[in-house]
Amino acid sequence: MKSELLRDLKSLLGDDAVLHRPEELLLYEYDGSVEIARPTCVVFPRTTAHVQQIVKLANQYQTPLIGRGAGTGLSGGALARNGGILTVFSRMNRILDIDLENQRATVQPGVVNSDLSAAVAHAGLHFAPDPSSQKACTIGGNVSENSGGPHTLAYGVTTNHTLSLEAVLPTGELIRIGNPALDPTGYDLMGLFVGSEGTLALITEITVKLTRLPETVKTLLAVFETLDDATETVVDITARGITPAACEMLDGWTLRAVEAYVHAGFPLDCAAVLLLEVDGVKEAAEQHAEDVAEICRKHHAREVRVARDARERDLLWKGRKNAFGAVGRLSATYYVQDGVIPRTKLPATLRHINEIGKKYGFQIGNIFHAGDGNLHPLILFDARDQDQFRRVIAASDEIIKFCIDMGGAITGEHGVGMEKDRLMPLLFTEAELGVMSRVRDAFNPSGLLNPDKIFPSKKGCGEIHIRPLPVHGTAPQPTNAPGVPAA
Amino acid sequence: MSATGTTSHSRLADLVGSTNVSIEPEQLASFEIDGMRPAAVLRPESKAHVAEIVKFAGSEKLSVIASGGRTKLNIGLPPKRYDLALDMSALNKIIAYDPGDLTLSVEAGTRLLEVGKALAQHGQFLPLAVPSLRHTTVGGIVASGVDGPLRQFYGTARDFLLGLEFVTGEGVSAKSGGRVVKNVTGYDIHKLMIGSLGTLGVITSLNFKTFPLPMSPRGFVARFRSAAQACDLRNRIAKSPLTPITLDILSPRCAELFVSDAASRFETAPLPANVLSSTEWAVTVGYAGNEKVLARYEADLRRISQESGATNVTVLAENLNAAWTRKREFIPIALASSPATTIVKITVLPARMNDALTAAQNAAESNSLPWAALARGLGIIYFALLPSAQDDESRKRVVSVTTAMHEACAKLGGQSTIPWCPTAWKPYLKIWGLENPNFPQMQKIKTVFDSQGVLSPGRFVGGL
Repeated sequence: MKSELLRDLKSLLGDDAVLHRPEELLLYEYDGSVEIARPTCVVFPRTTAHVQQIVKLANQYQTPLIGRGAGTGLSGGALARNGGILTVFSRMNRILDIDLENQRATVQPGVVNSDLSAAVAHAGLHFAPDPSSQKACTIGGNVSENSGGPHTLAYGVTTNHTLSLEAVLPTGELIRIGNPALDPTGYDLMGLFVGSEGTLALITEITVKLTRLPETVKTLLAVFETLDDATETVVDITARGITPAACEMLDGWTLRAVEAYVHAGFPLDCAAVLLLEVDGVKEAAEQHAEDVAEICRKHHAREVRVARDARERDLLWKGRKNAFGAVGRLSATYYVQDGVIPRTKLPATLRHINEIGKKYGFQIGNIFHAGDGNLHPLILFDARDQDQFRRVIAASDEIIKFCIDMGGAITGEHGVGMEKDRLMPLLFTEAELGVMSRVRDAFNPSGLLNPDKIFPSKKGCGEIHIRPLPVHGTAPQPTNAPGVPAA
Repeated sequence: MSATGTTSHSRLADLVGSTNVSIEPEQLASFEIDGMRPAAVLRPESKAHVAEIVKFAGSEKLSVIASGGRTKLNIGLPPKRYDLALDMSALNKIIAYDPGDLTLSVEAGTRLLEVGKALAQHGQFLPLAVPSLRHTTVGGIVASGVDGPLRQFYGTARDFLLGLEFVTGEGVSAKSGGRVVKNVTGYDIHKLMIGSLGTLGVITSLNFKTFPLPMSPRGFVARFRSAAQACDLRNRIAKSPLTPITLDILSPRCAELFVSDAASRFETAPLPANVLSSTEWAVTVGYAGNEKVLARYEADLRRISQESGATNVTVLAENLNAAWTRKREFIPIALASSPATTIVKITVLPARMNDALTAAQNAAESNSLPWAALARGLGIIYFALLPSAQDDESRKRVVSVTTAMHEACAKLGGQSTIPWCPTAWKPYLKIWGLENPNFPQMQKIKTVFDSQGVLSPGRFVGGL
């Protein structure tokens, strides 16, 4: 059957658009997470018609079908968990239309996030969702995962910027949902499809909102001796009626790792820094920058630096956006979590994460979107060691359980995928998961599209999915993975 | 349920307690939807009550329609049947409010005013300034999907609803989302509930992100001889660095509507003199900030208004509220201004608003129908037709005008619906607009949540 499927796929797409030899598939076993799963084959459609035909073949051969953008995801969403046709959208990467007057853009799913912003920058516009992987990740992937990023604190996540979609349902039906105008009539299908992690449809075209770039941006770095001072600052900023455009925190350990890599001039001997950004019209941004600096000092900030120009601003952001890469230099592998908590619970949660690190014997770095309580603990471990792998999963589960106890959630922006599916029952009852899975079944009745994702397997939540990384002489560095990990 | 009589009544009393069941004619009349009266009004005191009622209704093949402040019940098609009214007013508690986390969890029947009071104590608010603000409940706002002027800056409930709890048509209690401000755990079922008119679930509680109250709000009103000029100012503001809180365009007749008796029901303070003119269009802009920010907005707005050809500008400060309330209450004011007000909601790309307004205006005037319009800067137009009587002649004209508007709007790439009109006219009008290509997908969703058609049957798109 496999050879017939490959033959049909090749005749549809051409020889150069179908990969199936083991050495070719190796790269597609990975995404930005620690999960591994090898697809049966990898295909590269160029048109919506191609995607429809691929869906038809998947149905004909009863083969699972998985969509994939740049493979920068952090929850195994774009991996072929149990084999199947991995449909990579990298060749559907055209910007189809830019409507500057109405601040809209229509793109194919394989367009890289930052390429769209670059294409409209001359008009003072950008695409607001800015995951750290934005130089690699695709807008199709952003839509599937409802991606966030540092600036979503003020600007919202992908679902707040996506207006309409063309998509192929697993039944082969081509649908067009939403509307470039607002408030499409009927149930909010867009709200459902964006962030459905590739389990409802393969997206073939996307219309997004473009956002005007602010007139003035002020970037501040505040240095703290204690984590509590830093977190209290975050709460106080909003209490004063200021919504920063971004509010990121790095703990001392992570900061030192980052400084050794990017040389941004971060202090090496503090407990935490806040990277804060305020923007808007000049008068508002300047006032807010002054207010934020004052609040930082009130909470014992040792130092508050204000970036004087775009170069200094970029340097500060370089430290944040390359943090995962910096940590990658120190450890063969790391596991990144994505729990969310109410931000007033930050001090207690960070203390607890530290204790969990000690208990399991792991160094844990913390870098996160403090403004919205979205944590990214990075647990350093060696994936070649099966015991370490098992322990890192256990430590990570403990962190997630604590987040839930604090009133939080399992994932803020990375998705459930195949990494956190078994944790879903911690948050949702069987009845609730039943409602969600019936929604999936309504659009994906045969279950061929991205199977075994989001929903826990029937085997129960005690089972842990462990597949240690293969050893190829040296440990694979995370930076060698296909794409850049997102945050 | 008329045939079931007292047996059902006692069983309902078993479910929610006898004091929470009413079959008093007066009470039933006050829950009327499109001329239909329920057989009983039930007042659940908990989510468990709601689930029990819905299960009971399912087993008895009865239908259930939940309501809060009952200010938006006429939106949509008449229900196919209406047996049990769920009066959500007893579910009126703030479950959790954490100012430091900017999160609020509140029961569905809580009035927005009450929520506003609690939040204001901490300098925060929920930016849902919708029509009928005085009586509306948070559950009703979300279920009806209405918007308000603040969406210009804050978006709609869709943008800051973090999660909710609901009861499905099968009587299953469930939740979606969570209480944290950022969350991608599971499908965003809660977004499906927004504007679904209770056809997918009975919302029992909702979680929102809250926002700091804007400091020192101001209003800026510029008047223009034409809609084209008003739209031009809108376009210039969109291209400027300004990020106003509200941005709405008012048609000339608003000057008259806003000083009418109908308007005084919503706002007793007089409209500041000379702000509006009955012969001119107006662009109203809300903004806030410190003195420097206010000065910058005023200077920029004065300059670009002039470029667009403004004949007059006014800046509103302490008397802002009198004007602001009227703008927010445009829909109820219009509804109270004619015995047969019919309001078409048009959505188009923002730069096509002038074309849409022109098409609507031409259709109304060629049928000799008075009209008024309020257009949000983001491309949403509420176009109110104001016939002098609810008679056959007026109905025919309204049918003709709305048909033309649906077609014009489709040509402009937009959509149009008729959220408000006389009940008697509903069979003649395309309430949900032209045929919806996504109807099959919506049917799939309805089947998942309410396969037996217990919840608000028939009111939604295509009679779902």
